[in-house]
Amino acid sequence: MNLKNLISASAMIATLNAPNVLAADTIKVGVLHSLSGTMAISETTLKDTMLMLIDDQNAKGGLLGKQLEPVVVDPASDWPLFAEKARELIEVEKVAATFCCWTSVSRKSVLPVFEELNGLLFYPVQYEGEESSKNVFYTGAAPNQQAVPAVDYLMDELEVTRWVLAGTDYVYPRTTNKILEAYLKSKGVADDDILINYTPFGHSDWQSIVSEIKQFGSAGKKTAVVSTINGDANVPFYKELGNQGISAEDIPVVAFSVGEEELSGIDTKPLVGHLAAWNYFMSVESDENDAFITSWKEYIGDEKRVTNDPMEAHVIGFKMWVKAVEKAGTTDTDAVIAAMVGIEVPNLTGGTAKMLANHHLTKPVLIGEIQEDGQFEVVFSTDSEVPGDAWSDYLDGSKDVVSDWTGEMTAGVPCGNYNKVTSVCSGQNYQ
Amino acid sequence: MTESLDTYKSQRLKEENPSNSIRAMNFKSLIYKWAVFFAMILSLLSGFGIFTEALAESATPSLEETLPDLLTKSFKEKTLVAERIAESADPRSVKLLEAMLNGKLGYIKENKTMVYMNKVDKGLSLTDALTDQSKGTLKKNEVKKVATNNKLRKTLRGLIARAQLANTDSTVRKQSVLRMLETADGVAITALKNQLETEPKKEIQELIQVAIDLNKVRSEPHQSLHEIQNLSSRLEPEVRNALAAIASNETLKASDPDVVDASVKSLKIIDGKVSFYKKLETGFFGLSLGSVLVLAAIGLAITFGVMGVINMAHGELIMIGSYTTYTLQQLMPSQIGLALVLSIPAAFIVSALFGMLIERGVIRHLYGRPLETLLATFGVSLVLQQLVRTVYSPLNRSVESPSWLSGTLEINSVLSLTLNRLYIIAFCLVVFAALYFLINRSNIGLHVRAISQNRQMARAMGIRASRVDMLTFGLGSGIAGIAGVALSQLTNVGPNLGQGYIIDSFLVVVFGGVGNLWGTLVSGFSLGIASKFLEPWSGAVLAKIAVLVFIILFIQKYPSGLFPQRGRAAEG
Repeated sequence: MNLKNLISASAMIATLNAPNVLAADTIKVGVLHSLSGTMAISETTLKDTMLMLIDDQNAKGGLLGKQLEPVVVDPASDWPLFAEKARELIEVEKVAATFCCWTSVSRKSVLPVFEELNGLLFYPVQYEGEESSKNVFYTGAAPNQQAVPAVDYLMDELEVTRWVLAGTDYVYPRTTNKILEAYLKSKGVADDDILINYTPFGHSDWQSIVSEIKQFGSAGKKTAVVSTINGDANVPFYKELGNQGISAEDIPVVAFSVGEEELSGIDTKPLVGHLAAWNYFMSVESDENDAFITSWKEYIGDEKRVTNDPMEAHVIGFKMWVKAVEKAGTTDTDAVIAAMVGIEVPNLTGGTAKMLANHHLTKPVLIGEIQEDGQFEVVFSTDSEVPGDAWSDYLDGSKDVVSDWTGEMTAGVPCGNYNKVTSVCSGQNYQ
Repeated sequence: MTESLDTYKSQRLKEENPSNSIRAMNFKSLIYKWAVFFAMILSLLSGFGIFTEALAESATPSLEETLPDLLTKSFKEKTLVAERIAESADPRSVKLLEAMLNGKLGYIKENKTMVYMNKVDKGLSLTDALTDQSKGTLKKNEVKKVATNNKLRKTLRGLIARAQLANTDSTVRKQSVLRMLETADGVAITALKNQLETEPKKEIQELIQVAIDLNKVRSEPHQSLHEIQNLSSRLEPEVRNALAAIASNETLKASDPDVVDASVKSLKIIDGKVSFYKKLETGFFGLSLGSVLVLAAIGLAITFGVMGVINMAHGELIMIGSYTTYTLQQLMPSQIGLALVLSIPAAFIVSALFGMLIERGVIRHLYGRPLETLLATFGVSLVLQQLVRTVYSPLNRSVESPSWLSGTLEINSVLSLTLNRLYIIAFCLVVFAALYFLINRSNIGLHVRAISQNRQMARAMGIRASRVDMLTFGLGSGIAGIAGVALSQLTNVGPNLGQGYIIDSFLVVVFGGVGNLWGTLVSGFSLGIASKFLEPWSGAVLAKIAVLVFIILFIQKYPSGLFPQRGRAAEG
């Protein structure tokens, strides 16, 4: 009797264990996006995108014969919590790769953790550059893939000669504006023709600044605003422009942080005709894009949901990771990092994205005008993909610095911060 | 009498045939200019536009020939085509250009027919752009819009503006002249001079004179001393720019020093006026920021000031007011303005109910324990935020502004006051007056004051203290809801709306003196004006810090704020 019991008990344990055995046979993918707090507005969508991509991959038979298992954690828009959650993902959950972050400050927060524990991070949002880590793949735009081409467009097509650089007061706008200012001066724009203005996060009283822009723009030269104003603060800014009677034809605003998702929550009337620069627009006509939009709407169950640029970055990043893992035949971090460079996958705008040796992508640059329905109409696009440049060529400190994780341009030493003039690699140390 | 009748007649003729003057303007050929000039006189005299029409058709390609060129992808070419359309002097051209400007012009992909597009339920209803015949209804993807960009639209506006110089609506005429100020020359000036003779409005007459003077100043500066002196009374930026160009013109300085001197003098006068109006404008901005601060803080002046409750969920009560506005607008999408007006009482009621619920559920149990109240209400604020995220969505909602709230009250070309800000200042004052009346003149106000001054004594006099507490808190919360209605017109409606205002509200109440409504009003407006005058030379970030530092120092010296309460209440 006892023996019988013992046998049935062990059988029971065996059956109980079975799912555990299966679970151990999955590849875990970390999804580290804020689902609450201020950034939830943008990051929730990216979490859903990742879940959809993982579902799709599993439906296709998974990866290396294993199923993918998403591990979703919520860092709640709290920067230090990002680092804690990242540590938990790598040490406890043992994820093979993590798709993380929106703001630069959250990326800076998790960066040391990924480097210390040798994790693999995919960062999908346009950022200020001046960074290249062995453990990070930057699938969003570097400044030379968004800000600089946008300024070129204004200069060449709209013949703008007077510039307002308006931004929210934090690292991305400050660095981007520093690069743009240097770039404009290199093109012969005088000091008097550049107005730089910073405002606090969530600024809502734009009267004085818009009035200043209006006066600055009435000097008889074509003026444009290059806006790195972040998220929420944009709506009252555009409203105030409309209220003070400044139309997009008088003083166009080109924004780097206003996308389809942000536009879906606001009254778009005052924004119509203003510009945005991205590497992807939902309105781009291509087979890949149509298929993606259809499957996204189906997955989310809402006909009105939109797609945006960071979503495309995650699509590219995920596809590249899948390819690299297949190529390496393992999810081991070092093997995958080595396999990543040079991988090409189709992007959603009909071209090809290639992972470069500096862990940045090649991307097309598109400039679109905001339409009343919250979509963009493309008015300019580069002829071919622009390679991402980690270290800006227009800043004194980073002019001579290159990043190459294959070691070709850096005297054989894989390095993210190599000074060509002094031949010194500052390694993982970037200010 | 006869003279005015004649003016009236020719005006009427122009109205009936508005394209006459337009037609004349864009032709560079001198012969044609003269021909049109004579033809125009003839046509005005006879009342027929046949001559000009005949001439126009012989001189340029017809619309039928020009229009297919719009199929090009290049915006530069489209601009040229648009200019040709304007030059074609065809009566259909203005409508065409306007449709192009508004994105209503497109072509059927199959046969490249140019059509006007109008959105209907099942797709786009089409009419042929040339013949005005209906082309039925097609699906969106069977038709392609003639894409325009920023620069092209600017050109289009200019072309249309010229065509509208003789429009019957005086505001359109004014806009038309304003758009011509910068570039008007040659034919345009001829047209302006013609318009000047018949223009009934003095304001527009002056504006046309400015355009004519400006043209003279630009084309032959050495002979325009008189014009330069005249222009010193104008504030239009185009005038300033033209004069500045002369003032810094080195060759002119050598040949005609008196002209340069005159423009320097004129510039000085203009700059003086501009800086005066700029100061007025800053003052207005300050008042408007102040009114927002007062609106956000005045509810808190009741709950914190009068009752002494530190309510960290105050911002969320404002947010609830904004969401009430959004909900009402969703319920009546065709009546945006009415929904906004109705949402004032609605937001008051909804926020007041939430407030009373918070008071009954949480705060009632914590009276006299400020720290616990602070923590508990902070928790409530998080709960309310997450509630909104779950019920509505974490994304911002769009609250639309009715047309009577957008636009400006233009005083001159330098100073224009935005209407929504004006309304909000007025609204703030009305709310303040109503609240002041309620607290100081009504029965419930008497009870509120009695309770806040001496609770025991008031209860002994038969006032139901706990009921009054609830109503007072409800009142403060309701006012916060009303502030939310106003804020929905200025900023984002989202779950984080309240957080942006909670700190500012406490600052205003503490600075003004706790428990004093006048203090809240004065401190709100003075903080608003102070930060707006600081902003131009310190930037928005530093201005905020400076104001904060000032308040900290001020509170160190005067802990009870601007208007300290005196008497027994202050001691208790």
